[in-house]
Amino acid sequence: MTTSTPAVPGWFTTGDEPRLVASRCTSCGTLVFPPPPPEAASFCRNPVCDGETHEPAELSRVGRVWSYTDAQYQPPAPYVPTTDPFEPFAIAAVELPEGLVVLGQVAAGYGVADLAVGAEVELVVETLDADESGERTIWRWRPTR
Amino acid sequence: MSNAIAVAGVGMHPWGKWGRPFVEYGVHAARAALTDSGIRWSDVDLVVGGETVRNGYAGYVAGSTFASALGWNGARVATSYAACATGAQALDTARARILAGLSEVALVVGADTTPKGFLAPNAGERWTDPDWLRFRLLGMTNPAYFALYARRRMDLYGATSEDFAQVKVKNARHGLENPNARYRKEVAVADVLGSAIVSDPLHLLDICATSDGAAAVVLTSLDYARRHGIADPVRVEAVSTVTPTFPNAVIDMPLLATDHAAGGAPERTFKESIAHAAYEEAGIGPDDVDVAEVYDLSTALELDWIEDLGLCKRGEAEVLLRAGDTTVGGRIPVNPSGGLACFGEAVPAQALAQVCELAWQLRGQATGRQVEGARVGITANQGLFGHGSSVVLAR
Repeated sequence: MTTSTPAVPGWFTTGDEPRLVASRCTSCGTLVFPPPPPEAASFCRNPVCDGETHEPAELSRVGRVWSYTDAQYQPPAPYVPTTDPFEPFAIAAVELPEGLVVLGQVAAGYGVADLAVGAEVELVVETLDADESGERTIWRWRPTR
Repeated sequence: MSNAIAVAGVGMHPWGKWGRPFVEYGVHAARAALTDSGIRWSDVDLVVGGETVRNGYAGYVAGSTFASALGWNGARVATSYAACATGAQALDTARARILAGLSEVALVVGADTTPKGFLAPNAGERWTDPDWLRFRLLGMTNPAYFALYARRRMDLYGATSEDFAQVKVKNARHGLENPNARYRKEVAVADVLGSAIVSDPLHLLDICATSDGAAAVVLTSLDYARRHGIADPVRVEAVSTVTPTFPNAVIDMPLLATDHAAGGAPERTFKESIAHAAYEEAGIGPDDVDVAEVYDLSTALELDWIEDLGLCKRGEAEVLLRAGDTTVGGRIPVNPSGGLACFGEAVPAQALAQVCELAWQLRGQATGRQVEGARVGITANQGLFGHGSSVVLAR
């Protein structure tokens, strides 16, 4: 029996309809992803806001591709390769309706040929890597058609 | 009232993979710049060193490193760190002291020695460092960011892989006779397209290498230049080191997301604002520019910079490229030095190397790559973590 835990705590929800979790300034509503650690002070990024408190805010699951690429060579550490030999994976920058562009790997089985600037993608959670302590999961973008 | 200062001398250590300590490169460049200026080291009253924190060098490179290696002369000292924009920030520090009347002669030095392959973050587990997280969570290398920008040009403006390859062909030709360039060889479109794809759509030859190298600039007040017979010097007319303005709506290396642009994109992107600030400070516009040195980390990025500098409208850089406008002899030559395509990147030296090239261009000394009659030049560059860099030189 292996355990499956997010590679980073608090950045995304899991389940059938996972979502990224940003931090939202309680004064002006500015969203920040990735969210600062809960224990960290959060001075609002908006230069005209002096807010210092924030709350978790789930982002839209569906967005549009701002741009995309892939990694055809194995990235250096701390990237953890999962196959030997290395298998290329795609990456997308996705514009969410809230007004943020968020990077992510593209879901397993999809490559650059499945993507286009402006195409719709949705958030999924898949396995990033695994060792004897279990699997670590990560958010990814999956084309909706 | 002019805020100009004089470029009294420039010098470089050739770019390459030499396997020597970076201090040697820096001192070589510094001595070359001093010789070029005709000013003695003992007359330099300020040394500004560019430093890099990558690959464990923090603390090893500082203004005093070079001052010590040149032999202590009692000069004041400062150290700048702004990633790829380090040279511009160092230049700006020197300029500020000169304009304030606190220094008369400043030596600005940047030098680096770099590892093979992808630039990677320092070792250790750093779960709050975006430069570490992007590798750990996404496998997001530098070329992958360059590829995102390149792909947008293709999908939005109809750029092709051949266009990107033509940038390399042009820059390779520009650099053929540049004695400081690392790669001095003609490249054909087929060579670029036949090289391995690193991050789609960018091929290996679309992406700049990392190099050892050094560049140095001797700056003086205009008054000092006049008193010491430096006739008609190249002048620094502007140094832009601006940070982004919230919300920065274009994803920047090494971040995982943009700012939250709730009300839509701002008036200017960060890269546009870098050039805008330089033009405003110099009191000129894009139409006044004769030559540009831009940070072609990738071939496609050169096209982005051409538009960020306002040298053409958004989405039209390929039109300039295809017409030969950005080639030496064309309307607005870009990267006559050969750019990073011929040099590879030596981080703290790179923004200074751009200034060296423009100084040679404006003096008519750029043998084999001279932009005829060039009077005004602009550099453009961007460093990790919000460091803008643009310098306007005129003569």
